[in-house]
Formats: sequence, structure tokens, C-alpha cells
Amino acid sequence: MRLTFVQLRAELRRVASNGEQLLLTLGIPVMLMVFFSVVDVLPTDTKDPIDFLAPGILALATMSTAMVSLGIGTGFERSYHVLKRLGTTPLGRPRLIAAKVGAVIAVQIVQFAVLVPVAYLLGWEPGSPDWAPAVLAVVLGTIAFAGIGLTLAGRLPGEVNLAAQNGLYLVLLLLGGMVIPFAKLPGAIRAVAHALPSGALADVLRETLSSAGTEPTRSWVVLAVWAAITPLVAARLFRWD
Amino acid sequence: MAAVEIDQLTVRYGDVIAVDSVSFTAEAGQVTAVLGPNGAGKTSTIEVCEGYRKAAQGQVRVLGLDPATHQRALSKHIGVMLQEGGVYPGSTVLQTVRHYAALYGNGADAEALVDAVGLTTRGKTTWRRLSGGERQRVALALALAAKPQVAFLDEPTSGVDINGRDAIRTIIRDLAAGGCAVVLATHELDEAERLADHVVIIDQGSLVAAGTLAELRRGYDEIRFRSDVDLDLRALAAATGIVAAKVGADEYVVDAPPQPRLMAQLGEWLEANGHPLHDLRAGGQRLEDVFRRLTADRRHGQAG
Repeated sequence: MRLTFVQLRAELRRVASNGEQLLLTLGIPVMLMVFFSVVDVLPTDTKDPIDFLAPGILALATMSTAMVSLGIGTGFERSYHVLKRLGTTPLGRPRLIAAKVGAVIAVQIVQFAVLVPVAYLLGWEPGSPDWAPAVLAVVLGTIAFAGIGLTLAGRLPGEVNLAAQNGLYLVLLLLGGMVIPFAKLPGAIRAVAHALPSGALADVLRETLSSAGTEPTRSWVVLAVWAAITPLVAARLFRWD
Repeated sequence: MAAVEIDQLTVRYGDVIAVDSVSFTAEAGQVTAVLGPNGAGKTSTIEVCEGYRKAAQGQVRVLGLDPATHQRALSKHIGVMLQEGGVYPGSTVLQTVRHYAALYGNGADAEALVDAVGLTTRGKTTWRRLSGGERQRVALALALAAKPQVAFLDEPTSGVDINGRDAIRTIIRDLAAGGCAVVLATHELDEAERLADHVVIIDQGSLVAAGTLAELRRGYDEIRFRSDVDLDLRALAAATGIVAAKVGADEYVVDAPPQPRLMAQLGEWLEANGHPLHDLRAGGQRLEDVFRRLTADRRHGQAG
């Protein structure tokens, strides 16, 4: 346990001292939430755009940390042979992975501690949000996104991985029902969007927090399937050097 | 029992055999240099010893344990210096060394380690801002953080300036003097010659020779000297029976043991013909020449 905490501390220090990571995990979600709730240009079909945006941005924050931040950081560590070097210490791979999971959870707690109050300050009125299933959805989303991020990080060279993670982030953001409602997407794209982990997480969060999901049952199934498959793919394909 | 025992080790990458039935040992308190050109199989051999890579065949024991199955237990006693560094570029020297000292959990003093490798003034500098030599020193400090009984150092002085090399050599010698078995992978013959008690030569994945420097040089005696650029070597051979070969602009080599009679004959002939005699050196060849001959002999053997 001591070694896991030693590594966790190093992981958190790295995130906290990395401006790009902070921008990705906190800056962009906060800016999107504030901008699109103040500038009412999104076709949200809600009385106040923040009522649509808040669950979507929480889903975006989950994806930013679990997939992009974890994936880019781990990809560069692999390229720089940091993983290989750590693998020769008493830390070992299981504790290294546990520390990375711990760092993701810690960052997500900070994200939610910032984003939820900001949403309320912007006028979010979710009614009676059901936080327990929302947390379960975030856990499933975290597992699914981490699996995707680590699969890319474990196979692609550092710079290619960086580009791939950022490109995928944009696609999953735009098609994931986070800032643009599914109903506004063309029919064929809408079907794909519902099958994406970002779309499923945003929909489930919108249902559990605001009772405004479009297809919550199907979204729960989609989310669970992604969470079951992507870690297995990552475990099979990941290369340590 | 040797600290490191490698018996008939074979490492494959798909169909490619990187290491082919290599055997050698490394003793505590000695520096063992695994010497060979780039791609010879040195790093693969060391990675198996570290428990990082699996052997296709053969047996490896480090401190009596199989690294493939006892990597965790061994990792507390093994110091590793990777060829590539393995440090996050945004971390400072002190952060990095403190982190590894904490991971080994043996009370190693990070500040003292940074001092020991001569980076006291660079403690707050990030890895990405360090020179190649400074990075090697940090990597060495990380290996020392283990307070190792066995240290695997991969090309420790590669890209390091003269002062840095001296500092690293001193640390490696001190490490061995303290009882650590140091296994040094290098393609630099000069490094092996300066540091090693025991040399293992690997070429194209196969063991070419192993032994102390004296053992490896045995049978490879020579007389080496410098003189005028236009020595008449045929006349020398006709007059004295000494067969010399020109190996540089004004450098000559006679493949023969350093017998006083032979050297006197050579000196007399040069004197009689008005040629100077400079830098006369007789005895075992330089490791560089031994290495060239051994690897050439092996390749000729394969071709034959």
C-alpha cells in the first residue's frame, strides 16, 4: 500500500504541474459550461441551457480525465521508457496501475467539486438528482474511457497517440450528446452517437441527474458493454515499451 | 555462488534470435563488462536478468533466484540503469531521485545520491533541460537508490564528457568495492578496459569469449612501434626474420611475444638503417585489438 501511495503522489504531482492536463481536465469543461450557458446558442430545447449542459459537461470531464489525460500521460511515459524503468523497481505493474486509477479518481473528485457548484451558480435546477446511480455511471464511464485511452497509449508512438487521443476526444465530444443534443444530429449519425461511450454516459447522467435522458435503458447497456470490453482490449494490446 | 549465473540463455523476438545460448557468470565485488557492438544482444541479456524480458531457453539466476518468477523479490536488491534513461522529462533531478528512493524504501538519501553523482547544483533542473551526461548521472543515481547487491548498467558512459566519465567510473568502482556485482553492458572497449575485472564478449547474439583481461589477451601478444612512414618491411624481414605490418601512417605491429632478443634485433635494424624508434610497446594487445581478432575469427569460422 505504501508504494502505491508513493506512486500516486508522483502521479498527482505530475498532473498538477502540467498546464495542458489542467486545461484539459478543468479549464475546458468549466469554460464550455460557462460560455454555452451564458451565450445561448446551443439547440438544447431546455428552458435554461445549463440544465442540458451540466450533465453533459460532467460526462465530458469524466472522459477528459479517464481517457485523454490518462492516455496521453501514459503514452509519453511509455515513449520515454518511464514505464520500463518503474517496472524494475519494487513498485511492480499492479501497484503502478492502482496508482494511476487512484490519480484518475482524485482528479475526478476535484473536477466534480468544481463543476457541480459552478453549474448551480449558473442556475442549474436539476430537480431531485439521483447521485448514487450517477456515480455508478461515472465509474462505468471511467473504466470504459480508461480502456480506450490505455489501448491507444499502449500501441501508438507518443506523438501519434497524442494526436489520436485529441482527435477522438473531439469526435466523442461532438457526437456524444454532451453539448449538442442527439435529436439535432442526422439520423445515421444519431444511431452511432447512441452507441458511443460518451453518448451513453451523457444520456445516463442526464437521466439520473435531471430525469431528461433520451434512451436511458439502452444507454446503461451500452455503457456497461464498453466498460466490460475496453479494459480487456487494453490488457491484451498494451505494450510496456 | 556467483551473483549472476547465466546458462545457455536464448532470447528470441519472433523468428529473430537476439541471444543464442550465452553462458557466463558475474561475481560479487567485481565489474563484469558485457562487451559487444550495437545489436549484439547485450541489452536483451541484461533485460532477462532484470526480469523484464523472458528467456526462450536457458536458465538465469540472480542472487540465486529466477528473475522471471521472483522479479518483485529481486527488484529490492537490483539497481538498474537503462540505456534510454526512463525519466519523465518534466520531473526535476531531486523529485526523480526522491521518488525512486521512496520506491526502494531502504532509507537511501536522495540529496546524498544527487551529490554523489555530482549534480548538487542541478537538483531543481528538469530532466529535459539536462545534458546527455547529466542525464546519465541521474540514471546512475536511480540505480544507486536501490543500494544494490547487483547493478545492471547499460552503456553508463555513453554520450558523457571526459569529466563525467571519470565521475561515473569512480562511482562504479566504489560500488564494486562495496561488494556489489556490477554488470556493465557497453560497446565501448575503452570503458571495459578501464573498469572491468571480467569481460564477456558477445557478437551477433553469441558468446565469443569470456575471462579476465589478462586471460583474453593471452595468446594475442604483439610488438607495436612507430617509426618513419616508409619503412622497408621486406628488407626488415629478410635481415631479421621479423614480419611487421603497417597499421597506421607511421605505426607498425609485429605479431610476436615480447622476447628481448626480437626487440633488440628490431632496434638494431632500425638504428643501422637510420630510422627512429618511437612509442615501443610490447605485450598483450589492447582490448580493442583482441575484440577485433576474436570477432573476426568467429566470422571467418562461420564463413568457413
